[in-house]
Amino acid sequence: MASLISAAAPPGTIIEMTGIRKVYDTGKVKVEALKGIDLSVSRGEFVAVVGPSGSGKSTLMNLLGCLDTPTEGVYRIGGETVAGLTRDRLADVRNRRVGFVFQAFNLLPQISAFENVEMPLVFGGVPVKRRRERAAEVLERVGLGDRMDHKPTELSGGQMQRVAIARALAMDPDIVLADEPTGNLDTTSGSDIMGIFLDLAAQGRTLVVITHDLALARRAGRIVEIRDGKIVRDVPAAEAA
Amino acid sequence: MLKDAIRQLARDLRSQKLRTFLTVFGIVWGTVAVTLLLAFGTGLKRQMIKTTAGLGDRICIAWPGLTSVPWQGLGKGRRIRITEEDIQVVRVRVEGLKAISSEYSDSFKLNYGTKTYPVDTAGVGPEFEQMRNLVPEAGGRFINPIDVEQQRRVLFLGNKVAETVFGKGTDPIGKSVLLAGSPFTVVGVLKKKQQDSSYNSRDADQTFIPGSTFRALTGKKYVSNFVFQPATALESKGVSARVLESLGNRLKFDPKDKEALSVWDTTEQFKFFEVFMLAFTLFLGIMGCLTLVVGGIGVSNIMNVVVEERTKEIGIKMALGARQGSILGQFLLETLILTTIGGAIGFAITFALCAVFPSFGLEEYVGNPDVSPAVASITVAVLGLIGLVAGYFPAREASRLDPVVAMKM
Repeated sequence: MASLISAAAPPGTIIEMTGIRKVYDTGKVKVEALKGIDLSVSRGEFVAVVGPSGSGKSTLMNLLGCLDTPTEGVYRIGGETVAGLTRDRLADVRNRRVGFVFQAFNLLPQISAFENVEMPLVFGGVPVKRRRERAAEVLERVGLGDRMDHKPTELSGGQMQRVAIARALAMDPDIVLADEPTGNLDTTSGSDIMGIFLDLAAQGRTLVVITHDLALARRAGRIVEIRDGKIVRDVPAAEAA
Repeated sequence: MLKDAIRQLARDLRSQKLRTFLTVFGIVWGTVAVTLLLAFGTGLKRQMIKTTAGLGDRICIAWPGLTSVPWQGLGKGRRIRITEEDIQVVRVRVEGLKAISSEYSDSFKLNYGTKTYPVDTAGVGPEFEQMRNLVPEAGGRFINPIDVEQQRRVLFLGNKVAETVFGKGTDPIGKSVLLAGSPFTVVGVLKKKQQDSSYNSRDADQTFIPGSTFRALTGKKYVSNFVFQPATALESKGVSARVLESLGNRLKFDPKDKEALSVWDTTEQFKFFEVFMLAFTLFLGIMGCLTLVVGGIGVSNIMNVVVEERTKEIGIKMALGARQGSILGQFLLETLILTTIGGAIGFAITFALCAVFPSFGLEEYVGNPDVSPAVASITVAVLGLIGLVAGYFPAREASRLDPVVAMKM
């Protein structure tokens, strides 16, 4: 098994997880969702995370995105240790380092595409002028330069997901995390979105995509398979076929 | 950041018109209820003071009568007679007295032109103007010390008498009339006032001349009654007792003999009145504040619903890096703005009603409502507090949500 994990992370390492465990304590029952994950992702890598539902994929995604903190283990993102951080510090880390793309798009329906993309920039305290420029720039990049003032309800599924990608890119994060980005889309829109991800990868963007879509997974640089809270396979995509 | 928050608020409010309307309505209703209640309370109080003070400003009126108990070897049933000299002695000797004046009264005939009118006339001192609230209409004056000193034949007319005798068109000042057969010059007319109690007749129906002139005109030596005013309403009992003691010593009667000299202390009314009005205002204030609090609970509830409705949005924002403070701030700002708008509309309605009210002509009965600055500022403070409290708890709840859980809603 070709493991990319090394004791001392190379300088290009963005994500470094060591011995990560996550236990959900519901009071009566303790559920161990992750049972010791070691994972490191280098700058510019395109990683697909696959596995059956209930395998711990989503928990891993939440930990990677700093939406949650591990019960045990060390997690460093961009060299910054995420442990014992306050909610506000975690929010800052998410804002600066992580861009999310969700299966359900998670756009705010009452505001325009432009305003949706502007939101993380607002939270990041980017000045108005720079904010406007940046929002327009990323929307252009996903090919929605002419739809900026549309509300999400006036857009197709594929267009909504492109807005979400633009939003994820707005703060120029260290890593873009996508959770089943094509799961709610028809085949055409799906491959359309896949194309954008491949473009981003080609531009050197670090991507971690959770997916059921084997076609998408195969086009990633590396496939990580999770089963029952553990990584069971971590190989370059070429070998996974 | 604030601009963004306001833009966001405008968007939320637009998308939830009914909710916004209900929230604002609750606060408007509360504000109008409180301010209007208190405004009417203030108006009523002012009007009651006006009508009660119509008789006089915290005065005591004393009538000499027959002794009802023996005193120092003198039997009961003796008539007590008080002269101007006795009044002067009281004026000099009794402490805590602000003013005192004798009053002589009788009914006379008044002739003007070819007509004759029966009038009640009081012979009084210049102190009456202030004590008995006898304010002259512009252009006239009340009886002054020189009038008393020189026994001038000058006349101050009650406004109704003036109207009956001279009609509406003529200004009576400077006109000559015959009173009890002697020529008198009118020097002033009473400015119309509200008067709910009296002892001889209403001041509007009376005529006033200097006490000295009255004595010379009628040959009367003894006062019908006298009026005095303690320095403050609280001292009225002590001052009354000292007046009774002083006169009792001088005229030989038991100072505790209520019939030898009976005193009507109108300050009692004022004291009761002050307490009553305080209780009344307090009652209105508490009712009003409770109304506002109920309104605030309504707003709080609505904000809670808002939090639930917008859980997903809050989750998304937190995932994108919104800090707890900005979520908290957004909800607080929303509540504060809604409260401010509601409060402002409420105040506007109250002020409008207060402005329109006098045209209904109910002033005589309930006075004119008036929003006092104190009431306004207290209401604003209570509103602000309610806005904060009503906004804080839902906001705290919102900011404590787990972004992952919230987004799945």
